[in-house]
Amino acid sequence: MNKKEFGQFMGFNLLRMCFFIVLLTLAVISFDIISKGIKAINWEFISTMPRNGMTEGGVLPAIIGTIMVTVITAILAVPLGMGCAIYINEYANNSKITRLIRMSIRNLSGVPSIVYGLFGVVLFVQFMHLGTCILSSGLTLGLMTLPWTITASEEALKSVPNSYRYGSLALGASKWQSIRTNVLPYAIPGMLTGTILGLARAAGETAPILFTGAAFYLPFLPKSLFSQFMALPYHLYIMSTQHHSISKVRPLAYGTALVLIALVFLINFFAIILRYHLRKRRME
Amino acid sequence: MDIKIRADKFNFFYNETMALKNISMNIFKNTVVGIIGPSGCGKSTFLRSINRMNDVIFGARHEGDILIDGENIYDKDIDVVGIRRRIGMVFQKSNPFPKSIFDNVAYGLKINGIKDRSYIAQKVEKSLQDAALWNEVKDRLSKSAFDLSGGQQQRLCIARALAVEPEVLLMDEPASALDPTATLKIEELIHELKSKYSIIIVTHNMQQAARISDYTAFFMMGELLEYDITSKVFTKPSKKITEDYITGRFG
Amino acid sequence: MINYAINNLVLPKKINFINSRITDKVSHFLFFLNGMIVIGVLVGIFILLVFSAIPAFKEIKILEFLFGLEWNPTSYVEEKFGIVPMLVSTFMVTLGSLCIAVPIGIGTAAYLSDVANGRTREFVKPIVEMLAAIPSVVIGFLGIVLVGPFIAKIFNVPNGLNAVNGSILLAVMALPTIISISEDALISVPKAYEQASLALGATKWQTVIQVKVPAALSGIIAACMLGMGRAIGETMTVLMATGCAPAMPKSFLGPVSTLTSTIAIELGEVAYNTKHYYALFAIGLVLFFITFLINLVSEIVLHKYEQVHR
Repeated sequence: MNKKEFGQFMGFNLLRMCFFIVLLTLAVISFDIISKGIKAINWEFISTMPRNGMTEGGVLPAIIGTIMVTVITAILAVPLGMGCAIYINEYANNSKITRLIRMSIRNLSGVPSIVYGLFGVVLFVQFMHLGTCILSSGLTLGLMTLPWTITASEEALKSVPNSYRYGSLALGASKWQSIRTNVLPYAIPGMLTGTILGLARAAGETAPILFTGAAFYLPFLPKSLFSQFMALPYHLYIMSTQHHSISKVRPLAYGTALVLIALVFLINFFAIILRYHLRKRRME
Repeated sequence: MDIKIRADKFNFFYNETMALKNISMNIFKNTVVGIIGPSGCGKSTFLRSINRMNDVIFGARHEGDILIDGENIYDKDIDVVGIRRRIGMVFQKSNPFPKSIFDNVAYGLKINGIKDRSYIAQKVEKSLQDAALWNEVKDRLSKSAFDLSGGQQQRLCIARALAVEPEVLLMDEPASALDPTATLKIEELIHELKSKYSIIIVTHNMQQAARISDYTAFFMMGELLEYDITSKVFTKPSKKITEDYITGRFG
Repeated sequence: MINYAINNLVLPKKINFINSRITDKVSHFLFFLNGMIVIGVLVGIFILLVFSAIPAFKEIKILEFLFGLEWNPTSYVEEKFGIVPMLVSTFMVTLGSLCIAVPIGIGTAAYLSDVANGRTREFVKPIVEMLAAIPSVVIGFLGIVLVGPFIAKIFNVPNGLNAVNGSILLAVMALPTIISISEDALISVPKAYEQASLALGATKWQTVIQVKVPAALSGIIAACMLGMGRAIGETMTVLMATGCAPAMPKSFLGPVSTLTSTIAIELGEVAYNTKHYYALFAIGLVLFFITFLINLVSEIVLHKYEQVHR
C-alpha cells in the first residue's frame, strides 16, 4: 500500500466512523427508550387516568389531549398550507409579492417554537380571549406547522408534469379547471403525505403548548375545546423535571416517552400507507 | 380561398429577447401549412402564439395582432379559454393524462360542461375513429393511456384535441419522437383531417413538410423569410438562404 | 342509436364563458388571499412581539437590557434585566453543538455520497429521517437520564446538566438537517469535476476532500447555518438538560440558561402584563431577530450556490 492509498484508506475510515456515530446515536436512543419504556407499558398504562399525583396509573388523558390538539392543528394548517402551495406553484408569477411570500415561508420555518408560543399567548389566549385551552394550543401549533405543510405540498405540486397543465389548457380548460381536474388529483397523495408528516412533528412539540393550554395534572378527559388538557410531550417534560418524586416516576416517564415516539411514528406510518394506497388507486 | 388565421405585424418577446419579428401571414381554410426552420428560429413560439399558450410563460409579451375569422385573439375582452378550444394543439412529446383511454378523450368534453353520457360515448368513438385509433383500442377503452405505444399515444392526443371540435389544429413536431411507421400513420391522418380543419404543423423534417403540407413557411432568427405553395418553396425558393437550408447546407 | 348529429358543431363557441371566467377569477383571488396569510402571520408575529416588548423598555433601558451582565427579574433588592448571560449561554451551547455536529454531519454526508453503495444509502435515508422525527422533549429526556449521568461520571461533576450536555443533544437534533442538505450539495457537484480530478491521478479520497467538498462548500455552509438556526431556537432540550441557572456561565461544565429556556421557565411563573412579562417578550424579539438574520444569511449563501451551479 503506497502513501496515497494509505491516505485514502484512513480518510474513508474516518468518514465511515462519522456514519457509525450517527447510527450508534439512533441505536442508543431507540434501545434505551424501548427497553425501559416497554416495561411500563401495558393496557392499563394507555387506557386509564393518572392517579396519586401521577405516581401511578396511565396516560390516557395525555394521549387524547395530544390527538385533539393535533386535529385542531390539522384543521388550520392543512387547508391553508395546501391553498398557499397552490397559489405559489400554480398562480404566482415571479413578482415581488411572490418573492415576499416565499421569503415569509422560509422565515416562518426558522422562527423558534417558543416564539410561536409567545405569539399564541398574546393572540389566542389574551387578545382573542380563548384562554388557555385545546383550541389556543392547536391554533398555535397550526401556525407553526403552516410553513412545513406549504413546503411539502409545493413539492407534490412540482412533481406533476407541466404537460398535464398545458394539455388541459390547450383543450379549453380554464386555469382553475385545469388545476382541479388535471393537477390536484395527481398531487393530492403527495400533499397529504407531506402534511401528515408535518402534523407528526407538531404532535411532538412542547414549547408552543407550554403556556397556551397544556396542564400539569388533570385526571379526566377534556370536556370541550375550551378546556385545558394534558399532552404527551408536556407530560414527559413534567414527569422528568417538575415532579416531586422524579426518581419514583422515572419508569412512567420512560413509558410516556415510548408512547409519544410510537404515536409520532404511527402518524408517519399512516402517511406512508395512505400515499401507497392513493397511488395504487390512481394506477388502476 | 377563405382566410382562417391572419398574423399581422406580430412581434413576440421573452423578457427582453425578441423571439418573433414582424410576422405577417395568412393561413387558409382546409389547408396544411408546414413551418420549417433551424432550431430556435421561433417556429414553435409562433405556433404557441396562435392559441395563446405562451400566456403561461412568465415574461412573455407581444405586439401586433393574430386574427381568427377576423377576430383578434389578443383582444382584451376575448375569452382565452374559448380560443384554446377553437384552436386545438398537439404537443411535440405526446402527453396523455394518467387516465383511461376513454377518459383522456372525454376530458375535453367534460371540462367544457358536457354531461350527457351517451353523447360523450359517441363523441369519443367518433374522435378515435377520426384519429385512426378506434380499431386498435376499442376493446380496451378503460385501460390506462400509458399502456399505448408512442405512436398510439400521439394519435390519442390528436383524438383528444378533435373531441372538442376545434376549427384549427396546431401540431408541434408531432412525429419527432416516433418511428417511421408511426410517423407515416400520423402523416396519413393529417392528410385526411385537412378536409375539416386548417392545420399548422411545425416540423424539422424537410421531407415531411414537402409530403404533407400545401403551403410551407420558412422561419429563421424569428423572421418569416419565405411563405408560399410548398412545391414552389421546395423547387424554386425566392431566397438563396431558403435554398441553402432546404438542400441541407446548414440547419 | 345515434341521437345527435355528431358531425355538426354542437358545442356552442362560448360555452362556459361567463362561468369559467368568474370561477377562475374567484379561485385566483381566494388562493392569492391564502398566500397573503403567510406574510400576515410573519408580520403578525413581528408586530405582536414588538408591541408586547415595548412596555418593557418604558422601565428598562435598552442598553441595559442588551448589555447588562445580570438577569435577576424577581430580586427584592434590585431587579436586573440584562440578557448577556443568556446570549453567552446560547452562544456556548450552539457553538458546542456545531463543533460536534458539523464534522460528523459533513463526514456522514461525504460517506453517503462518495463511499457508501446504493443499498446503504437507501437504508440510511429513513434512519436520518427517523432521527429528525424524534420529538425534542424526548431528546431532552435522554439528556437527563442518559447523557447527564455519563457526563457527571466522566468529568467528575455533581450533575451532568450543563452546557456540554445541551451541546451534545442539540448536535443530535442538528445532524439530520446538516446531513441531508450537505449530501444534496455533494451529489449535485457536476460529475465532470470528479472525473477530471480522477483522470489527473488523484485518489477518490483526494478528489472528495480537494474537489468535491470545496465545490459544494456554499451548500454545506448553508446546511450548517440552518442547523445552527435550529440549535439557537430549540427550547425543550436546553430547558431540560442544561441546568438553567440564570447567572453568567463560568464554564462548559456549569449550568447555563439560554434565551429560549429562560422564556420557557419564567413565562409560566410570571403575572401577565408586568415588567417581567414584557421583558420576556423582548427576549422573544431578540430571538426572532437572531433567527431571522441567520435565515437571511443562509438564504444568500444558498442562492449564491444555486447561481454558481446553473
